[in-house]
Amino acid sequence: MSTVTESALLPRLLRGVAYRGMAQLDTHLAEHGPLPAPSELGAAALLSAVERAGLRGRGGAAFPAAVKMRAVRSARGRPVVVANGCESEPMSAKDALLLHELPHLVLDGAALAARAVGASQVIVTYEGQNRDTRISLEHAIKQRQAAGADSVGFELFAAAEKFLTGQETSLISQINGGPPLPNFIPPRPTERGVRRRPTLVQNVETLAHLALIARRGADWYRRLGSAEEPGSTLVTVAGAVRSPGVYEIEIGTPLEALFEAAGGHSDEIAGLLVGGYFGSWLPAKLVGSVELSNAWLRAHRAALGCGVLVALPQSACPVAEVVRVAIYLATETANQCGPCVHGSAALARTLHAIALGKPPAGAGADLRRWTSLLPGRGACHLPDGLSRFVATALATFTSQFEEHARRGPCRLCATEGLLVIP
Amino acid sequence: MRIRVNPIACEAHGLCAGLFPEWIDLDEWGYPIIKDGAIPPELEAHARRAADGCPTLALLLDRQ
Repeated sequence: MSTVTESALLPRLLRGVAYRGMAQLDTHLAEHGPLPAPSELGAAALLSAVERAGLRGRGGAAFPAAVKMRAVRSARGRPVVVANGCESEPMSAKDALLLHELPHLVLDGAALAARAVGASQVIVTYEGQNRDTRISLEHAIKQRQAAGADSVGFELFAAAEKFLTGQETSLISQINGGPPLPNFIPPRPTERGVRRRPTLVQNVETLAHLALIARRGADWYRRLGSAEEPGSTLVTVAGAVRSPGVYEIEIGTPLEALFEAAGGHSDEIAGLLVGGYFGSWLPAKLVGSVELSNAWLRAHRAALGCGVLVALPQSACPVAEVVRVAIYLATETANQCGPCVHGSAALARTLHAIALGKPPAGAGADLRRWTSLLPGRGACHLPDGLSRFVATALATFTSQFEEHARRGPCRLCATEGLLVIP
Repeated sequence: MRIRVNPIACEAHGLCAGLFPEWIDLDEWGYPIIKDGAIPPELEAHARRAADGCPTLALLLDRQ
C-alpha cells in the first residue's frame, strides 16, 4: 500500500492506510477534517462540484458521476443510494481495501451522494465472503451513529460470490430479493432500481473521491491528472514486480514509474494485462511507453477499467493463463442470453483445444469471428469483456498460441497460474 | 426508428430474420444480429412486422 508521488499532492485516498487496520473515526477526521454541513454545501453545490471536478466512476465504465447523480435526482420517487463494494474482479483489491481499512471515507462519500440526490437511505454492498469487511463496516457505522455524524441510514448487504455480482442490475436484483443476475435495460436503475425507486449505484472508490471533493473542492481535485481525465485513481498491481498491491497514482502516470514504486521488475515481462478480466492485453515491448490514462490506452484498444495491471512474467505461460480465465468467465455467464451462453462456451472450448495441441479445423477463423460477433449482444458486458480479453490475447501472444496449437502444452503450462480463478 | 433485441427474452426462434432480412441476420446459433443505425422509413413496416411476429416479444422498436 503506497503511492506514486510526483509531488506532495499524493496520497489522497490512501492517506492513513499505514495504520494497519481500519482507520477509526477520530483518526479519519484528524486526517481529512469534518464533512461540510448541508448548510455549507447543499445538494446543488455538491452536484456542481462533482461536475466541475469531472469525477468519473471507478468501477470500470468511467461514467461521469454527476450525470448519473442528476438522473437519479430528477427521477420520480424517493431515491436510494447503493455503494458498490463488490468488484468481484479476481485480480482487483482496491475496493476491498477501501471498505476494510478506510470505511469512513466510503461512508462519507455515500452520505454525500445521498445528500446530492435527496436520498435518506444508503445500502453498502460488499462481497459476502469477506467477513472482515462486514466487521469493519459495522464498527464504522456504530462509531458514526455514536457521534451523530449522519442524517442518512446505512444498511449493509452481503452480495453473492459470483463474477457478475457487482454488475449494477445484478446487484439491484439481489437487494430486491432476486438472483445475482443482470437484467435488461430499460428500466434504468437511475429510474427504477431498489424497491422500484430511483437508484444511484456508485463504486466505493468513486464515493471515496467524492468525500474529498466535498471537503476540498473541484479545483483541488483537478490539480492532478489532465483536463480530460483529472484526479488520482487506485490501481492493483500484480505479477512481475517486487511489491504487488494497491497503489494510488495520478491519472496519466507512466506505467514504469508505477512499477518502480512497486519495487521494480522482478522478472522479464511477457505481456501486460490492463483493466482485469474485462480488459486488454498489451505486448511487453509497449511497457516502457504506457501512460495510465484512458486517452493513451484507448489508442491501444485498452482502458484502465477497474485499475488492474498485471505484468505477466516470462515464467508464466500466457496461453495457459488466458485459457483458464476464458473458461472461468464462460462458466460465470448468467446463462440468460443465447449469444453469451453459446459464444463464451465456444470461445473457451476452442482455446482449451488449442492449448492441448488439438485445435479443431478453422479454430483461428472461428475465434476471430466470435470475438467480433459477441460484443454488445448480452444484457450485461460479459460477452464484450471476454471477447476483448481473448482477442487482445491472441494478438499479443500469437506465436505462443500457434506453438501450442502445433505441439500441445509447454513446460510452463503446468505451473501454478498467476491470474486468480476464484 | 431503431430496433433492439432483449437478449434475455430472445429464444432464437428466428422469425425476425425471415420477416426483416434487410436488417436482421442470424448467427450460427440462431440468434439475431441486428444492423446498427436508424431504419430507413421505407423499411419501418417490416421492422414493425418483425417485432409483432416475435413469439417472445423480444424485439423493441425505439422511436427517435
